[in-house]
Amino acid sequence: MLDIAIAYNRYKFLGNEFLTWLWFVIETDPKQLHRHDADLVSITIGNRMVLENTRNNAKETITIKGDNAGMEEGRLALKKGAVVAEIHLSYKTGAQHFEFNLKGESLNISNLKLPETGPVETPEDLEGVVLEKIFLIEKIVGLVNRLFIHFIHLRLSNTWDHQTTSKIRKWAASN
Amino acid sequence: MGLLSSRNSITRYKVSGRLDEPVHETVYRRLKQHTIPKIETEGSEATIGWTSFENPYAPDFEGYSFVFGTYMVFALRIDKKSIPPKLIQKHYSLNVSKRLTETGRHYLSGNEKKAIKEAVINTLAHRIPAVPNVYELVWDYNTGSLWFFTNLKAMNEALETLFIKSFNLQLIRLFPYTSADLLSELSDNERDFLRNLGKNRSGE
Repeated sequence: MLDIAIAYNRYKFLGNEFLTWLWFVIETDPKQLHRHDADLVSITIGNRMVLENTRNNAKETITIKGDNAGMEEGRLALKKGAVVAEIHLSYKTGAQHFEFNLKGESLNISNLKLPETGPVETPEDLEGVVLEKIFLIEKIVGLVNRLFIHFIHLRLSNTWDHQTTSKIRKWAASN
Repeated sequence: MGLLSSRNSITRYKVSGRLDEPVHETVYRRLKQHTIPKIETEGSEATIGWTSFENPYAPDFEGYSFVFGTYMVFALRIDKKSIPPKLIQKHYSLNVSKRLTETGRHYLSGNEKKAIKEAVINTLAHRIPAVPNVYELVWDYNTGSLWFFTNLKAMNEALETLFIKSFNLQLIRLFPYTSADLLSELSDNERDFLRNLGKNRSGE
């Protein structure tokens, strides 16, 4: 395997492409996401997105935030060659609601808000609550893994260059 | 932020390698060996070690208290002395003035100033208590998966160093390349494509 530091820097673009693809799928074909979670109700863009454009040897960062923020500026940035570097997602599965940030270059999860769990009132409660929290976190980690694995197989196939990129460009250019 | 916090940050790892059986006993012994010391090391800027999830300020791993179902839950603790720069500046200025008065000189050499600053930092480091920071982790030994509850780069590096020192197991951070390489079951063709993709992007 490659040296970890080299691998991190050389392939961080893949994480940004993953988030860009994810946004595209959420907007254009959300039903596709059901194959990654049988109980999925919805995955939607939350209240924050960061895009980066590193074309022309200069880094431009566009941040869109706010509960009712429009994503037109984001699509415009995509049209100019930007990619999504960070995304806030709202994920509903069964009766549970999660929110979290996902960063492209590291695939790190941050600001993860889980559904309510029972309180720890006695030492005996602790193990149950810990296992419940782990179960809930596993849902997010599992979802991110499954989506990324699906993406990476697509990214390394001919379909990516021959179909997917043109579809993403077309979507970004549409109003 | 930790496992029971209302908001979590998580860095995901793959653990490479196996421990001697029985695993819980091995982990218990290694945790005990590398537990954060109860008494601060004189003059040291930072102390690092493992601590328990339930009581991070009085580490106790007895009775395999770090085992929760099929998971192991414990924490990395870093006790760090942080001296405010303005405090250093104040004591440094006072000491410089005192030295000038004592010697009747109008200025001090660079080496003298440096020595005064070092002495000030050393004295303050002995007087100021270390601030503890606790970062929890969940380790699923069977699947080789580990979640570390922070995204801070320095803490991730501290975890990786202490983990290999304690357990002689490598922690591989899961980011785009390692997720593709270790989780995605790529075919040989896909692996070649991935390698070339990286080379083309980096202009090699």
